[in-house]
This record gives sequence, C-alpha cells and structure tokens, in this order.
Amino acid sequence: MSKSPRSKKQSAVEDTDFALRSLQQAHLAQPRYKASKEELLRLYEQMLLIRRFEERAGQLYGLGLIGGFCHLYIGQEAVAVGLQSALDGGKDSVITGYRDHGHMLAYGIEPKVIMAELTGREAGISRGKGGSMHMFSTEHGFYGGHGIVGAQVPLGAGLAFAHKYREDGGVCLAYFGDGAANQGQVYETFNMASLWDLPIVFVIENNQYAMGTAVKRSSAETEFYRRGTAFRIPGMDVNGMDVLEVRQAAEVAIDFVRKGNGPVLIELNTYRYRGHSMSDPAKYRSRDEVKEVREKSDPIERAKAELIELGESEESLKALDKRIRAQVSEAADFAESSPEPDLAELYKDVLVENY
Amino acid sequence: MAIELKMPALSPTMEEGKLARWLVKEGDEVSSGDILAEIETDKATMEFEAVDEGTIERILIPEGTEAVTVGTVIASIAGEGEATPSGGEPVQTEAQAADPPAVPVPANKPPKPVAARQPASDPAVPEGTAMKTLSVREALRDAMAEEMRRDDRVFVMGEEVAEYQGAYKVTQGLLDEFGPKRVIDTPITEYGFAGIGAGAAMGGLRPIVEFMTFNFAMQAIDHIINSAAKTNYMSGGQMRCPIVFRGPNGAASRVGAQHSQNYAPWYAHVPGLVVIAPYDSADAKGLLKAAIRSEDPVVFLENELVYGRGFEVPDLEDHVLPIGKARIMREGSDLTIVSYSIGVGLALEAADTLAGEGISAEVIDLRTLRPLDRNAVLQSLAKTNRLLIAEEGWPQCSVASEIIAICMEDGFDDLDAPVLRVCNEDVPLPYAENLEKAALIDADRIVEAARKVCA
Repeated sequence: MSKSPRSKKQSAVEDTDFALRSLQQAHLAQPRYKASKEELLRLYEQMLLIRRFEERAGQLYGLGLIGGFCHLYIGQEAVAVGLQSALDGGKDSVITGYRDHGHMLAYGIEPKVIMAELTGREAGISRGKGGSMHMFSTEHGFYGGHGIVGAQVPLGAGLAFAHKYREDGGVCLAYFGDGAANQGQVYETFNMASLWDLPIVFVIENNQYAMGTAVKRSSAETEFYRRGTAFRIPGMDVNGMDVLEVRQAAEVAIDFVRKGNGPVLIELNTYRYRGHSMSDPAKYRSRDEVKEVREKSDPIERAKAELIELGESEESLKALDKRIRAQVSEAADFAESSPEPDLAELYKDVLVENY
Repeated sequence: MAIELKMPALSPTMEEGKLARWLVKEGDEVSSGDILAEIETDKATMEFEAVDEGTIERILIPEGTEAVTVGTVIASIAGEGEATPSGGEPVQTEAQAADPPAVPVPANKPPKPVAARQPASDPAVPEGTAMKTLSVREALRDAMAEEMRRDDRVFVMGEEVAEYQGAYKVTQGLLDEFGPKRVIDTPITEYGFAGIGAGAAMGGLRPIVEFMTFNFAMQAIDHIINSAAKTNYMSGGQMRCPIVFRGPNGAASRVGAQHSQNYAPWYAHVPGLVVIAPYDSADAKGLLKAAIRSEDPVVFLENELVYGRGFEVPDLEDHVLPIGKARIMREGSDLTIVSYSIGVGLALEAADTLAGEGISAEVIDLRTLRPLDRNAVLQSLAKTNRLLIAEEGWPQCSVASEIIAICMEDGFDDLDAPVLRVCNEDVPLPYAENLEKAALIDADRIVEAARKVCA
C-alpha cells in the first residue's frame, strides 16, 4: 500500500474492511440472548448472590468489620454475570478495577474467601493482605482486582498478548469504568491492542459517575463505545441493565475477538445504586434519580419477572433467595470468626525467591 | 578558503569510529546534502553528509581506517572558484584555530582498560575458567539470546528493539534469530507497553521490557511499582509478575537534565522489586541471565557510557551469577570504597591513584541494589574501618545515604572515621560541557574524599 497522503485519503473512502458499526448492527438485529428457563435461572441466581453479598458487605462495613475502601457492585450485577456467562472458563481471562467483588462471584469463586478477604483474615483469598480492591484467583483466570484507575487495561492487554503468544485460543475480558475511560494509558492500550490484533474485549461499565463526577461533566464524548474508533476498534452500545442483552452482546463480541479479528469495545450502560465507596455520601445525585432506576430498570427484578413469565413459581424463587441469604450469612460468619493473619505473614511473599 | 571536514560525532557518547567508505573522491564537486562517506560507530553505520558546496580537495583519512577520533580532519573542500592548493600542507582555518574538537569528548573519559583486572573474588565462577573479552553491550545481548534459546516464554519488547536493532544496539541480531513474535517493536508509549509487559508476565510469559532510557520509564513507573512490584504480596503469593525492565540509566553525555538521571535509589526503595545495576560485562551477562530467570520483577539498570567498554567474561556455557551478592573488585586494607554501575570504574581509578600515595583501598561493587548485600559492606568495613561511597547520582535519599545508614546501624563500632559520600552535585544535570563535568563525580573527587577519610 502506498503511503502518500493522497492515497490515504482515497483509502478512507474505499476502506470497506473498516466496518466499525458491523458488530453494533449485529447486536441490534438480535439484541437479546434466547435463554432457556434454566439458563436464566442460573443468571438470576448469580446476580442475586452478588446483590445479597454486597448488601451484607455494606453491613459489615458499617459494623467496622471491613476497613478502608469498599466499593459495592449493587445495580451493576447484570454486567459481570451476563458477560462472564459467555466466556470459556478454561481458556479465558478476566481483569477489572477495584469494584471487583461481583466479578469474582460471577466467576464462581467461593463467597467465603472473598468475604474473609474483606474482613482482612488469614483465610481470605489474598491471605488478608490485599483487601477489597486487590483480590485474585489465577486458578479461575481472574487476574484482579487493581486499585489504580485504568491500570487493568494495559495489564489486560498483556494477558491477551499472552493468549496470542501461546496460541491457547483464550480471550481476555478487561473491565473498566467511565472514569478510567479518560486515562491516557487506556488509549495507549487501544492503539497496541488494535495494531497487534490482541484477543481482548474492552468493557466499559458506564455507571454514570466517576466517583462523584457525572459522565457529562468529565467526558467530551459520552458515547464511550465510540472511543475506539480512532484505533479502528469496533464498538457496541449495550443496555447493561438487562442480563440477556449483555449476554448476547458478549456472544457477538467474543466470537469476533476469538476469530482473531482484534479487539472490541463494549459500553455497558448501567447504574450503581450505592455511593462510589462506602464512605461516599452521594450528594451529587438525587434520591429520586436512584429510586427511578431501581424501580424501572433493576436487572434482578427484570429477570425475576421474566422467570415468572416462563413458569417459575414465586415460592421457588423465594426459596432460592432464602438459600442465597443463608450462603451469604455463612460467608459473613466465617469472615468474622476466622483469625487474622499470623504476624509472620507480614514478611511473606514480598519476593518469590530468596536471594 | 578551504573547509575542513572533521570526523563527526554521530551519537552523544561517540568518541571514535571507523571511516568505512568514501562515496566521493578528490576533485569531485559536492553540494549540501550529498553523502560523502559512511561512518561506522559501535552502534550503527551512518551516512556523513556535506554541508558546504565545493570541490573535494583532499581526502586525508583513507577508507577502512578504524578508530578515527571525533574531530580528526578527514578531508577538505575547496570553496567555489578557489584554486586547489597543492597537497601536503595542512589547511588552517579560523574555525580550527578557535576550536577544540568539533564535538567534545564526553566529560567522563572511560578509565584505563579495566579488562585486565581480575575480580578479587566471585564465588560463582570456578577458578581457572577461560576468559574472553566482550563489550557490555554484547554481554547483555548474549544474555538475552541465551535465555531466549533456553525458554520460549522469554520475549523482548520496547521501542526500536527489533528492526532498528536497538536504539543503543543492545538487541542487535535478536530479530533475525527469534523473529517478530519474540522481538517486538512498540510504539512510543511507555506507560502502555510497561503495563502490557506486566500483564503478560502475570499471564505466564517472561517479558524483557526495554526502555530506551530509564528517563522515559518515569511514564511507566506506576506499572513497575503498583502492578509489578506489589502483586505477589497483595495476592498472598498467588499471582507473580516475573518481568525484567531494562535499559540505560544515569547520565549519558551532554544530553541535558531530562535525559540524565540515576533512578537506582527510586527503584531500590521499593519492596517487591529486585534492582540490579552491573558495571562490567561479566556481571552484565551473568546478572541479566539471573534476572530473566527470576520469578520476581527485576529493574535492571545499565549505563550507556559503559556499553562500549570491553571486559573479560568467563567463557562458560551458562554464566549465571547470584542476585543479591556484592563483589570485591579490588582488595585493600585502609578504606572501603563502595560503588555500583559506572561509579565502580571511577572507584577503581581512584584506588590506583591512592595506591600511589600508600593508601590501600578496597573497592566493592554492590551489583544488586535490592536486596542489598549489607554483609559485604559490613565485612569490608570491619576490615578497613573506613568507608566512603561513590555514586553517580544525587546525594539526597541515595544509595549512598542507605549505605551510610547501614554503617551507622550495624557497623558503628567498626568505624574509625565518619562515612563520606561522593555523589553528583545536587542540581539538574546541565548541558554546558564544563558545567556537566563539574556536576558529575570523578575519580579525583573520590581520591580527595578518601584522603579525608584516612586523615
């Protein structure tokens, strides 16, 4: 291909391969995943587990059993559950920021070890040394849990790089928020991921607020799915409050990426009901705004209504909720009663080797 | 008036080069922009262009001449309409009268060849091992190549590491041998590729991330510290980040404040990192191989001014040195000079001078700055009872400060004199030749401090 400026101009007109809208069109043509009752029930159960777990974590924080920062995922459950249900657990990898409890639960990691990490106990998944924001399970392909806003994006591209290097067929799902989407390293990563056709799905969870700053106050382009355009990354604009819509979008995106076509950027429009962290009074938005989303768009209520339509009984759903509450209570009891790390743990794992 | 053409400096650190080929001959008309000759530096072959118009009058240095010092007159051009003077006499110009060499020789002239100096002790190399001379640059390249042959998870990424063969030619030849999958040119995007490297390490690969210089790694320091150094600890030992961040560190020559800084104390501060700063070729090779094999994240600090120096390297199939062990470069009994990286050469030079004055100096090369070999320092102090640190870097919160603290905490009873440090001046590195020279440590300053310590 010639590199003269003139031919470049022509190629922009003739470039039929650069079909940024193709995935969005595929998504619009069939927006929702056709789930069986059993499939939907499983997704519902996972979302409910996250909701109940986070409610309990909020309580434990209030009791002083959880310290520091604690970012709850309530309201956003459909995103992690819908996306991760489309992954191949044995091959794929996931990475996210500090609001990570939900992603771990969606990955089937035991609630007990997550809750015990939140309370800073030896039995916690990071032996009590990571806390809410720094949890990992390489066994499950979950690579954290990163506290620096946006850092997980190049790290995720590194995981994707490793998939490609090893030719293991895996795809990386890298989650970040609307706030992180303004970090420079995100765009450095978009460039390299696209340049090298890395198998990565960039997932922007747009929960409308970067801590206390509304999207429109911080972002020149609030349609985040368009932000990969300059790097030739196709974007998808997805309703993140409907688990089946999320799941279907994931199918389209992952299929495209797994075939070696390079990265995809999905924007999931969602909402967090709680403050940015437990210490956020959330004065930057009205109670009515939150109430309206809860009443009209709650992903769990929506799935529940759909399950009832599909013939699931109210009683069995109540029984399910009861089971989940019991599971979460058990995790909380475990997290409260487990011992703190031994003091010798202080010096462990600074380095892997002895020199 | 005839114009002299002088051997150009084609990089900030070039002192001499080979006049590989003349593309013009005497009597040729040349104009501005014509390529006159090809000049080989230790890094690359460069074209030498005409700036002035005229006729090539005389070619003074024939092609194929090696080691032509920068500033040597290599040819002369007669200006337009000028009679070509009959040969023989050197052509005097105003410029030459007023001028030292066109491009000044770097302030830190390398010390006398250190290649012949045998290490006083190094437990890892068996007695009687044959030696061969390698430049530090070659030693680093060989270390990477050997480890890439040994382990297919190892790959190199960075700016200009592949097709360009390395900005400082440290990765020369790697692309040819290992291909673009394992020798990867990145865009100029340090934060991004340091993060991608760290992520690839978390995902099970063994990346070597080259920074063109560590000055640019400041853009990436978040990933070196927050992502690479802390992950193993934060994950309770579950998730490792076995990565090597490497590249030249410290002052180069006449490149100004933003390109001349020693980051050793920055990284040596951080638990979770291994920090290595070798001086000679044997250590560069043996320690880089160890760094690549390490399960921990390693910051490997090289020095541009030392890349071209030749040193003896043990001719072993697999020369790997232990991380975390200092090395006695020269034994002595009156005082200990502790240093690392380029400072070691200056310390050895100072020790030679001091020997002439009857002062026997022991020179210790720390080699690894984290974990720091406290025992080596304290044992030497126990023997000599006097100690100074020579560090090419700023004094405040330096490796020198740390060594002084170690001597105070654990070596106080062995001290017969206060520990002194010889560091760079506490200023951003200036560009002007005289100021740069004044700002950087040199052997004379080490000698002076040693006299004070031994007074």
